[in-house]
Amino acid sequence: MPLVKGGAEVDNGWTFVPDGAALPESGRFSVSFGRFLGLKQGQENGPLPDGVRLGPADDPAQLEPFLSEIVLIEVDFPRYTDGRGFSQAQLLRRRYGYSGEIRAVGHILRDQIFYMHRSGIDAYETRRAGLSEVLEALAEFTEAYQPAANGPAPIFRKRDGA
Amino acid sequence: MYRYDQFDARIVNERVAQFRGQVARRLSGELLEDEFKPLRLQNGVYLQLHAYMLRIAIPYGQLSPVQLRRLAEIARDYDRGFGHFTTRQNIQFNWVALKDIPDVLEKLADVEMHAIQTSGNCIRNTTTDHFAGAAQDELLDPRAWCEIIRQWSTFHPEFAFLPRKFKIAVTAAEHDRAAIRVHDVGLHIRQREGQVGFEVHVGGGQGRTPHIAALVNPFVPETQILDYLEAIMRVYNRYGRRDNKYKARIKILVSELGEAEYIRQVEEEFAAQRPGEKIALPASEVARIHAYFAPPQLAAKPAVSKSLEAAMAADPAFARWTRANLHPHKVEGYASVTVSLKPLGVAPGDATDAQMMLVADLGEQYGYGDIRVSHAQNLILPHVALDDLPAVYASLDAAGLGAANESRITDMIVCPGLDYCNLANARSIPVALEVQKLFADPAYEEDIGKLHINVSGCINACGHHHVGHIGILGVDKKGEEFYQILLGGRADEKAALGEIVGPGLKADDVPAAIHRVVEFYRAERTSPAEKFIDTLERLGHARFQEALYAAG
Repeated sequence: MPLVKGGAEVDNGWTFVPDGAALPESGRFSVSFGRFLGLKQGQENGPLPDGVRLGPADDPAQLEPFLSEIVLIEVDFPRYTDGRGFSQAQLLRRRYGYSGEIRAVGHILRDQIFYMHRSGIDAYETRRAGLSEVLEALAEFTEAYQPAANGPAPIFRKRDGA
Repeated sequence: MYRYDQFDARIVNERVAQFRGQVARRLSGELLEDEFKPLRLQNGVYLQLHAYMLRIAIPYGQLSPVQLRRLAEIARDYDRGFGHFTTRQNIQFNWVALKDIPDVLEKLADVEMHAIQTSGNCIRNTTTDHFAGAAQDELLDPRAWCEIIRQWSTFHPEFAFLPRKFKIAVTAAEHDRAAIRVHDVGLHIRQREGQVGFEVHVGGGQGRTPHIAALVNPFVPETQILDYLEAIMRVYNRYGRRDNKYKARIKILVSELGEAEYIRQVEEEFAAQRPGEKIALPASEVARIHAYFAPPQLAAKPAVSKSLEAAMAADPAFARWTRANLHPHKVEGYASVTVSLKPLGVAPGDATDAQMMLVADLGEQYGYGDIRVSHAQNLILPHVALDDLPAVYASLDAAGLGAANESRITDMIVCPGLDYCNLANARSIPVALEVQKLFADPAYEEDIGKLHINVSGCINACGHHHVGHIGILGVDKKGEEFYQILLGGRADEKAALGEIVGPGLKADDVPAAIHRVVEFYRAERTSPAEKFIDTLERLGHARFQEALYAAG
């Protein structure tokens, strides 16, 4: 499954460890939101992850105390119609000030990538779209009406000459 | 009206190019229908019973003559010579070929129009009072705020994949002609101590579980309204139900949480916004958009037009039309004209290419270049001098657009029904036309007075049957069409949901049943000035129900 980030296809150095599976002693890995909080809060002992995967119902506010230690947040889109991940990404970037990688995983359509980019997602693990399609999708719109986590400044600021 | 600048134009043009690519990928088979569906939907393209349908946005129902002519050309060149105006102030074409849609969108972009977000689970076209900027009873012209909301909601990256579709309506008049209490968000523009703000209603809607909206905030200042809308949208996007599409509208979230808890969540989200999250629309931008909606320079006229009075005296049909189809204008010597798209025997809301061309010409010649679409599926010329009414009427009447029935019993709101729609259970248009026939005598119809009949061909309620004074709902029972009758709905500032009064009727029995109800009203009203809905509310539904089922 190709991973696109920063305008290039990159190697995925991360492993997602499912709930119940043993945590690796080395290498970079992410775990589910619930397991992440359990490890951080000492309910489970083991190597501390610096990656976490958010399901659509998970509340990013609970990650706020740990954000400086997190390197990767995966936002899972189990179905492309489920748009909760867009709000999670906006909250992480704009309200909680997270600056590490936010990666979209799951069922992602090429034509959602521009919205993902604007919501603050900066890496895309896509089943169907390759590098050229992701780059094309990112370039389709050069203007935006509203402020968001990323992408062009809103048109009203350009009109205002700011 | 609003005009695109370079930025607006670029966004719409980029959208056309994007969709052209998507259609090419679909036609080549690279995109499967399942994957194409969400893309076409956000461009207003539905797959209907017979063909693709294209729904074009008419932001807050306003058109220039140039734009209406372009719609007429599309009807002529790409459809079968007509278009269908909808209850959300949009227009639909039912016979456009998929391969042609990118070209149609390009022709629309040339006249500053688009089909963006006219379907799909996103924020749809914002609607408003069709007399905005002209009505005597409005506080101010709401269109500038509709345009601000249009821009904010266009390609909003966070709210393009909501649990379900989302509709916003705005009014600035005490008499609510925008039906704000049956919208996902209804905004009523208010003034407090010289400051403009919005009374915010959330969670209204029709469909299978109709709700009247909850009052969520009595006054949000204009400088904060977009931030407040963001809070409403985010709470909905995060917590609206996604497990069942029939429980996914915001009205279900509001009713399941309870109004108090829902309001608490919105206020909490609003309060949590940090300074960097605020939209902070510059005052200069608000002023820039308002400037486009400056009132037209209407020449001073006397309050009474002698030529109008003479024409009324000479032509009873014209006189009747002026009694039915005019609305008071804020400027003396002018009126707002309703061009009825409900003549006898025509699918309500349909207009031919020639009729659209004619209305465009009249709008240019007599209407200060301003044309509106009403949610009752009629066209409006908001600013016409009283002196010009005889000429306007003569042209309309010659084109089959002279029906004197605005808000009367034959001015029905009707969904396309089983004749076009693949959701419908029953036909709507034929039933509506049969009812219309019984009230074809203009003097009889005038005597009945104001009466809204709304017809839907299924429980999705596109014909707004819940808020008709009389609602007609088509249902399917073991392969046969039946029609349930509702009484007592209204969409105005006293919004109420109609009640189903008894067992469904066969299509053939509907017109006579409606006729009995109307005759009962005429017999019972205190005077011809007492409207149907007022008599109904005074006497209660039971006696009207008896009349409805009186004959076998």
